[in-house]
Amino acid sequence: MTAAPLIELEGITKTFGNGAAAFQALKGIDLTIDRGEFVAIMGPSGSGKSTTMNILGCLDVPTGGVFRFRGVEVQKLDRDQRSLLRRRYLGFVFQGFNLLARTTALENVELPLVYRGEKKHERRAAAMRALDQVGLVPWASHTPAELSGGQQQRVAIARALVTEPDVLLADEPTGNLDSERSVEIMELLQRLNGEGITVLMVTHEEEMASYAKTIVRFRDGLVDRVDHGARGRADARAPA
Amino acid sequence: MLGTTILLSLREIRRHILRSILTTLGIIIGVAAVVTMVTLGNGVTASVQEDISALGASNFIVFPVRTTRGAIRPFDDADVRAVEQQIAGVKIAAGGVGASATAFYNGQDWDTRIEGGTNPLLEAQTIKIKEGRPFTRDEEEAGKNVCLLGLKVRDEIFPRGTSPVGARMRLGGVSCQVIGVMEERGQGGGQDDDDVVYMPLKTVQRRFRGNDNLDYFVVKYDAAYAATTIQDALVDLLRERRLLQGTEPNDFNVIDTAQINQALSAVTGALTAMVAIIASISLLVGGIGIMNIMLVSVTERTREIGIRLAIGALAREVRLQFLTEAVVLCALGGLVGIALAFGASFGLAAVIEVPFVFDPVINIVSFVFAASMGIVFGYYPAHRASRLDPIDALRHE
Repeated sequence: MTAAPLIELEGITKTFGNGAAAFQALKGIDLTIDRGEFVAIMGPSGSGKSTTMNILGCLDVPTGGVFRFRGVEVQKLDRDQRSLLRRRYLGFVFQGFNLLARTTALENVELPLVYRGEKKHERRAAAMRALDQVGLVPWASHTPAELSGGQQQRVAIARALVTEPDVLLADEPTGNLDSERSVEIMELLQRLNGEGITVLMVTHEEEMASYAKTIVRFRDGLVDRVDHGARGRADARAPA
Repeated sequence: MLGTTILLSLREIRRHILRSILTTLGIIIGVAAVVTMVTLGNGVTASVQEDISALGASNFIVFPVRTTRGAIRPFDDADVRAVEQQIAGVKIAAGGVGASATAFYNGQDWDTRIEGGTNPLLEAQTIKIKEGRPFTRDEEEAGKNVCLLGLKVRDEIFPRGTSPVGARMRLGGVSCQVIGVMEERGQGGGQDDDDVVYMPLKTVQRRFRGNDNLDYFVVKYDAAYAATTIQDALVDLLRERRLLQGTEPNDFNVIDTAQINQALSAVTGALTAMVAIIASISLLVGGIGIMNIMLVSVTERTREIGIRLAIGALAREVRLQFLTEAVVLCALGGLVGIALAFGASFGLAAVIEVPFVFDPVINIVSFVFAASMGIVFGYYPAHRASRLDPIDALRHE
């Protein structure tokens, strides 16, 4: 059985606004990402990398083109169907951590499981496993305000992992961290990728991108170049 | 899921405890007002019905009134006997008089009312003997100095734990023998029905009033007869006996105890309706307050909503979360209102001397109504939260 690619983008365009004020952020993106990949998306501001990330995260839909995720054409799905897709297959890590304030690390990690309707003791056990993966079990009952930036981001990663997703989407995950913490986070993402999870990351730092297997460079709404990360293992399949 | 959502709501409410209290004040006041008024209204109705049943069902009370023609013309025993004998359907007609005096016993004294009546009057007013015995025929006809004590009078002048039956006491200048104690009757018509001494009609007429006049008489009729038939016959007979000509107004009143009941429940009903209108305005204002605070909450928590949507919450799950919060807020307001109403109506019932009648229906209805205010006024903010775009919401500062 030949597995279909996990993610396929074909001629993806995205236009914001209409008429004279219309702005075409994506001008036809073709990209294929297989299971087990670690892709870094790079590019200057306005190059379309965040827009692409939002589409890949099923948070936004393209104006034109076809986006297949696990063979499903995502651009045809409605809001709630895309929510269900995110809930089941995707985990998100954001630049600003985006943890719920005044809520313990454990409860933050449990949150996605609440929407899956899992029982309390199962949620708790799964959340503790995820916290263990990021080395934060001793901090389970602390709130974000009591944690350092690096720890908060690791809680966010645990929250993304707790549903055992196919894909981890990280939008500038080290953007708010110093270089030492950034390296910790990148090594963590690399380790998780080694355990089988597909990682998609947006970054503007070459050093962070070098941890990825594949680096996709955007320019003016198009894919400019595809490289291999210096510290990653290169086996990405990019379109010619 | 719902349990988790409710816990989450309670936590949010606790985080902004002062804001939550101020927001629900309208609901609290509205619910407290309705429940208090209905509970007191029930108390008043119960008290009135108790009075009415003390007067006896199927009863008329007849008493003389002043007209433009001049002084009050009292009834006498001959009128009562005529009514009893000449009107078909009348079972008992019994007259009564009142006086006041100080009761003395063994150095204790107490100012009280004295009622003169016969056993049929006691029967028509459903007064029961707790200990001792009623008047004998001989005592009634001879106007003997015997008396039946109300509980209040017994408690005021006789030592605790002793029976006054058989004791000789003094009422003003009249010495009398206690032959019994009446059962508790409670408050009625603005007076304490236990703060009274009953003596035979003739004794009171002779010793306290010095004439044969009656203040009023009670007519108890057979329930098989229509009240209007009896009343018409009664009025005709009394007009004839009092020599009233064609157009002259009645110089007496005939009151149907059932009519008092109807009139009073109409008044209570009107009062309750008025309070209900005031309370619904309070609830409306309270509801708008809830909507306002929920809109504030949605704006404050835009980022949180973005996070929830990003990790896969459905629009309806976000809507349910905010709707639950509004309903929980309103339901808590309702509970506080009911608790306040319980205290207020308990206290006020004691002050205005009516029984405290707990009505589960109005409490449940008020609670459900308050909670449904949460659905009505929480829906729009919740809907707005559920329609947020996750990307914009995550960017919100």
